[in-house]
Amino acid sequence: MSKIFQHLVSAAVPVPIENIDTDQIIPARFLKATTREGFGENLFRDWRFDANNQPKADFALNNPLYSGKILVAGKNFGCGSSREHAAWAIADYGFKVVVSSFFADIFKNNALNNFILPVQVSETFLDQVFKAIEADPKAEIEVDLENQFIRIVATGEQENFDINAYKKTCLRNGYDDIDYLLSLRQDIEKYEGTRAFNF
Amino acid sequence: MGKTLFDKIWDSHIVMSKPEHPDAVYINTHFIHEVTSPQAFDGLRKRGIPVFRPQKTRATADHNVPTLDQHLPIKEARSRHQVEMLTKNTAEFGVELYGLGHPYQGIVHVIGPELGITLPGMTIVCGDSHTSTHGAFGAVAFGIGTSEVEQVLATQCILQYKPKRMKIEVNGTLKKGVLSKDIILYIISKISASGATGYFVEYAGDAIRNLSMEARMTICNMSIEMGARGGLIAPDETTFSYIKGRQFAPQGADWDKALAYWKTLFSDNDARFDKVLTFDAADIEPQITYGTNPGMGMGVTQHIPALDQVEEKERPSFKKSLEYMDLEPGSALLGKKIDYVFIGSCTNSRIEDLRLVADYVKGKRKADDVVVWIVPGSKQVEAQAIEEGIDKVFAEAGFQLREPGCSACLAMNEDKVPAGMYCISTSNRNFEGRQGPNARTFLASPLTAAAAALTGRVTDVRDNF
Ligand code: SF4
Repeated sequence: MSKIFQHLVSAAVPVPIENIDTDQIIPARFLKATTREGFGENLFRDWRFDANNQPKADFALNNPLYSGKILVAGKNFGCGSSREHAAWAIADYGFKVVVSSFFADIFKNNALNNFILPVQVSETFLDQVFKAIEADPKAEIEVDLENQFIRIVATGEQENFDINAYKKTCLRNGYDDIDYLLSLRQDIEKYEGTRAFNF
Repeated sequence: MGKTLFDKIWDSHIVMSKPEHPDAVYINTHFIHEVTSPQAFDGLRKRGIPVFRPQKTRATADHNVPTLDQHLPIKEARSRHQVEMLTKNTAEFGVELYGLGHPYQGIVHVIGPELGITLPGMTIVCGDSHTSTHGAFGAVAFGIGTSEVEQVLATQCILQYKPKRMKIEVNGTLKKGVLSKDIILYIISKISASGATGYFVEYAGDAIRNLSMEARMTICNMSIEMGARGGLIAPDETTFSYIKGRQFAPQGADWDKALAYWKTLFSDNDARFDKVLTFDAADIEPQITYGTNPGMGMGVTQHIPALDQVEEKERPSFKKSLEYMDLEPGSALLGKKIDYVFIGSCTNSRIEDLRLVADYVKGKRKADDVVVWIVPGSKQVEAQAIEEGIDKVFAEAGFQLREPGCSACLAMNEDKVPAGMYCISTSNRNFEGRQGPNARTFLASPLTAAAAALTGRVTDVRDNF
């Protein structure tokens, strides 16, 4: 997993379903591993494979027309369980960006902590992206973190997205939250001294 | 201007707040379990650092454990390995573990409150989204990912953006047969599975005030199902008397000091919320979900929306969901045949839930072709149920009382609902495959589940009251 994200131009894989919960992204029975690797194999397991482990032809990840490092999904992506395994599965499969019109809070944190960029766009722009991919499955999408925009290369349609300045710095430089928190060690100890209760 | 309860707790836990940065928030209590912690301990090993405040983290094994024959080694190798890793990690890093066989073992969100570890005014996190349960005590409690578990182990702090504040008021008197589970399912059905994303919710109003502690936990538990970061309820006499005397609760002079502090924990009259919603308790009937997210719920006597009642944009997802459930748009669920009844999970597996169900089914017998699993939330709940003779009521009814764990709530262990079968479940998620590949879930209250166990069908519990 690369710990840096700056800029990307890539085709995208469309999964135009709303409320995709983390149980769909990675079902609970695959959470028994004690390392972070290998979850990509089971990304969207039950939508990708039938009960006999045969690929379901109608699911986008099994469709050879689609490829690329960008996953585009319906609103409220990543709701449900806090399992970071969902972000690990997405990263392990090879996605660097997830585009949706709305993300669940915990998933968003988990994604950023794994250097996956969640790009939240308007519903209108999301529709435009889906339409562009429908018109050309290889349609390229450009995502630029520095200037915080996402662009459909063929049509030039683009939109700006929000990202917190701190997280932007982390992504661009490969810093993680623990590095920052560990640097606050003295402040944490000082804070503990001010607490009236020992809980 | 006054402060909300949430602000009072959050603000008093900030170690560092820098512009453009998330707040570094101090955590009072950290719970861990076997599934979301191994990679975090590995991270510490890689960095060569210890757990910063090991006495502030408590561990239990719940997600992967079998709920029969817990005295035997876990059969499934990968589950066993994960539970063993927890034992090894907690021993190596000096964290207290209530593992299998321990009298305190149970679902993480059941044992924290019942042991008096969960207290008002605390910040509490766990690598589990239903950590929101602990908010019932007037704590700021929320679920986190494994990287964040590692942050807390390493520094006792977490980096977090402050969510917005929402107040949900429920006023008036609940109708007979309507439980706190129905209140929360009703609210989620009204505001959708993403209606509170970005917010921390405070529940208020006399219908909430009048609930027991356990009923309040059920409400806060499901805050995450409408997307909220967490949910909380201001502590009051109900809270204080629940906590008093529990194993780890403060005692003597500490109790008095704590109590004086807890009494300051409420939203000031002039506190401002970013959003306020109000509901009338009298409008709520026993609820049931029909779809594959907890927002797809309705009163048990109502009909599933017809296609033209669903916004056009949402139709594809709606149809996909009903296809999975093998249900027709516009149809009723009342009378629908069911195969399994699961009474358990961190939402509804406490002693009050078991008592309610036992009272309702006493002297009756389950329908022949229904499998009924009752899974207590903890060893202590199980022991209490046996002491009160509830186990005998269940045995006579043909219900199987199993041992504590997450069980069929997430089907990670051996307890799974078979493909294609319908289960009425008191848990919190009806996602596709949640209770087993291709299993179909109807979420409901323990009473509605008990009524279905007796008739073998989706039943209005008010008919037999
Ligand atoms: S009972 Fe279910 S929801 Fe609760 S902690 Fe266990 S798996 Fe999660």
